[in-house]
Amino acid sequence: MSPRDFDVEHADVSWCPGCGNFQILSVLKEALAELGLSPREVVLVSGIGQAAKTPHFMQGHIIQGLHGRGLPVATGVKAANPGMTVLAIGGDGDMYGEGGNHLVHTIRRNPDITNLVHNNMVYGLTKGQASPTSPIGLKTPVQVDGVFAEPLNPLALALSQGASFVARAFSGDMPGTREIIKAAILHRGYSLVDIFQPCVSFNKVNTYKWFKENTYVLEDFPETRNDRGKAMELALAGPPFPLGILYREKGDRPTFEDHLAAYRETREPLWRRTPPLERIGSYIEGLR
Amino acid sequence: MGKEISVVLCGAAGQGVQTVESLLVKALARSGYHVFATKESMSRVRGGSNSTEIRIADRHIEAFVDRIDLLVPLNGGLRPNIWKRLDGKTVILGDREELKEEFEGHPNRFIEIPFLEIARKAGGEVTANSAAAGALCAIFGVEFELLDDLLKRRFGAKPEILGKNHSSATEGYNRGLALVGSGAFGFRLPRRDPGWKPVMIDGHTAVSLGALAGGCNFVTAYPMSPGSGVLAFMGQNASKFDIAVEQAEDEIAAVNMAIGAWAAGARAMATTSGGGFALMEEGISLAAVTETPLVIHLGQRPGPATGMATRTEQADLELALYAGHGEFPRIILSPGDAQEAFDLSRRAFDWADRYQVPVFVLTDEYLLDSVYEREKLPLEDGSFSHHFVETQPGYLRYRMTEDGISPRGVFGNGTGLVRIDSHEHDESGHIEEDFEMRERMQGKRMSKLDLLEREAIPPSVHGNPDGNTVVACWGSTGPIVKEALDRLDRDDAALVHFSQVYPLPPSTGRLLAGAKRLLVVEGNSTGQFARLLRTHTGRKADHLLLNFRGHQFSVEEIARGLEKALAGGEGR
Repeated sequence: MSPRDFDVEHADVSWCPGCGNFQILSVLKEALAELGLSPREVVLVSGIGQAAKTPHFMQGHIIQGLHGRGLPVATGVKAANPGMTVLAIGGDGDMYGEGGNHLVHTIRRNPDITNLVHNNMVYGLTKGQASPTSPIGLKTPVQVDGVFAEPLNPLALALSQGASFVARAFSGDMPGTREIIKAAILHRGYSLVDIFQPCVSFNKVNTYKWFKENTYVLEDFPETRNDRGKAMELALAGPPFPLGILYREKGDRPTFEDHLAAYRETREPLWRRTPPLERIGSYIEGLR
Repeated sequence: MGKEISVVLCGAAGQGVQTVESLLVKALARSGYHVFATKESMSRVRGGSNSTEIRIADRHIEAFVDRIDLLVPLNGGLRPNIWKRLDGKTVILGDREELKEEFEGHPNRFIEIPFLEIARKAGGEVTANSAAAGALCAIFGVEFELLDDLLKRRFGAKPEILGKNHSSATEGYNRGLALVGSGAFGFRLPRRDPGWKPVMIDGHTAVSLGALAGGCNFVTAYPMSPGSGVLAFMGQNASKFDIAVEQAEDEIAAVNMAIGAWAAGARAMATTSGGGFALMEEGISLAAVTETPLVIHLGQRPGPATGMATRTEQADLELALYAGHGEFPRIILSPGDAQEAFDLSRRAFDWADRYQVPVFVLTDEYLLDSVYEREKLPLEDGSFSHHFVETQPGYLRYRMTEDGISPRGVFGNGTGLVRIDSHEHDESGHIEEDFEMRERMQGKRMSKLDLLEREAIPPSVHGNPDGNTVVACWGSTGPIVKEALDRLDRDDAALVHFSQVYPLPPSTGRLLAGAKRLLVVEGNSTGQFARLLRTHTGRKADHLLLNFRGHQFSVEEIARGLEKALAGGEGR
């Protein structure tokens, strides 16, 4: 497979020139190709937002649903066909704001999906309002006196809920982001990759320069980083913010799909199934 | 009117009234009686006073009646809704130790069985319900072996508990026999031949089994009464039927999971009540624009907001009718009894898949909590087909077709890519803002409504359709109105019961046009279905018989209402 296999010819990409989304799109295609996946093995699920448009600019099965609802849709897809590689892609407003409740519970549920969150700390599609990760004091057309609320810490939140894979990347570090995405896809269970990304149109504080100056790459790239306490320390640290895999669970925790009764006898996707009429009939006989 | 007896059991939540009900219903049915049971309960886990009505008859019955022939209060504090149903002939069977002075000086005949004392001797007061079950079995001539067998099935896994309940039931049975011997009861009903063993099925089970027969293999919900009975059934039987069941964090997640599952080829259902359905509305709109099939079971209860959690109403018709932003076709089914609940829940999946539209199965607490008798619940029609295609390279999810139905691919089946989008889109599923494309896509989606109308289930007609009066109703009120009409024994009226309320079948206008007088009976305060009929046919109802107290209509109440309306002369 080549990253070109994931290209959409003549795609009318609607992002602003210089947007970090271009880098993420590019490394995502590379990551999938390097893992030997073909577009028809991949389902790209998204909600609404600039990041959530990503599936439109790639080859693969896609389902772009509602703002904030990418994770439950992705969970449903994976549960219906565990053989597919499922990614849920969105921005900070989509995944951490509107979809916050789903984030918490998808982490607990641990489906084998990869959650990429393009975190530019501002709303793009709706033109510049504060997002759940906007820094305190960020002035916007709505928050004219600056953001008042504490920024949400997605990594600490995920770790506290028992996430089995938690990482942070920066779109400006393309090779690093690619490796992290690959590791996240390979991880069996829910994986969160929070990807720092500048918004060149609406966030004049968290720029490329700011991200470069306020992040550092975790030195080692361990096969396993299995210390939730240490990971939590890293998640709460910054600036400067560590980039890399903060936590990757050792062992073989069952995924959401593993536990479903539908897959105890067979791993066949649900679309291959027909109703168990005989068993239904004998259940009815039992009601006599 | 045939011969029948109405028994009402009352007890606090946690006192085991439901255990008595389920034991008695099966024991009575197997003893050759026709049986129907329905319950009403308060929204509390312990205490209060709940009641179950068990009707026993010499013919098939499936409707709630006010009349109580035998009242068995297992605790004191009878609620006014029960008190006012007692008439001079109601016999009360109870335990003075438990009831204290509640019935002192009351003119009705009171027969005592010391249930508490029996239960204590058997090993614990909690088995008083088994003593009552035993006594009632004796009173109605049920062989003790039958009850014994049912007790074993229920408590078999716990020998100590089984033993106590067995002793309590045995003593209750003996006391009942002694009373019968002394001539205390005059209940005599003809019975079916030995071998009569009907299926006794409640609404929750009927919806669940129907859905499974329709290929449902993914169930997701956030618990909300009365929709959660189906979730519980599916959860308890997931391994038996190899299905995926998940309790979601909220109804929004539930509906979106169901949509994701359908997109990947599952047959998914969400089950909920009005409040949860309201939360699902945006998801319903998503299913519509993406033309992803969806089935939602909506068990109605009184609103607005929390309303009455454990009670019944038919006030979410317009919610289902208008749910979701934007315009799109949908199907709303409204079963009248367990048979229809089974059949329509089954059909919902086929139609959702075939037409790629949201299908709502609209039930209510009354139907879900009632136990219906069926001689059989036929499954012979084993035909089943998926309506998706194996995709090829260049596959277009929203290809324009003559009938508006684009062949649906699912993720993982075929070599093509399935691209699904909540925006307006082109044939490939890509975001599209071209005005002409928008008109074509919206037109394509709406054109399916014609197909749905053509397939719509015609209402069932009972009585004389050429008489001058039509009584129209929908959903769970059907069997009640039917029995009420039968009681009035009029040859100039017909019941027209709709088990599909949207889209209405094209024959609806014709059916109503001939009637000089149109009465609509429904469980809400504004006549939602009457409004729908008028919108669809131009025919305004002449009389509305409405009930929105939180409890289902009784046969007597509808008979009185119809009589009054019919006596009032012609409608127009």
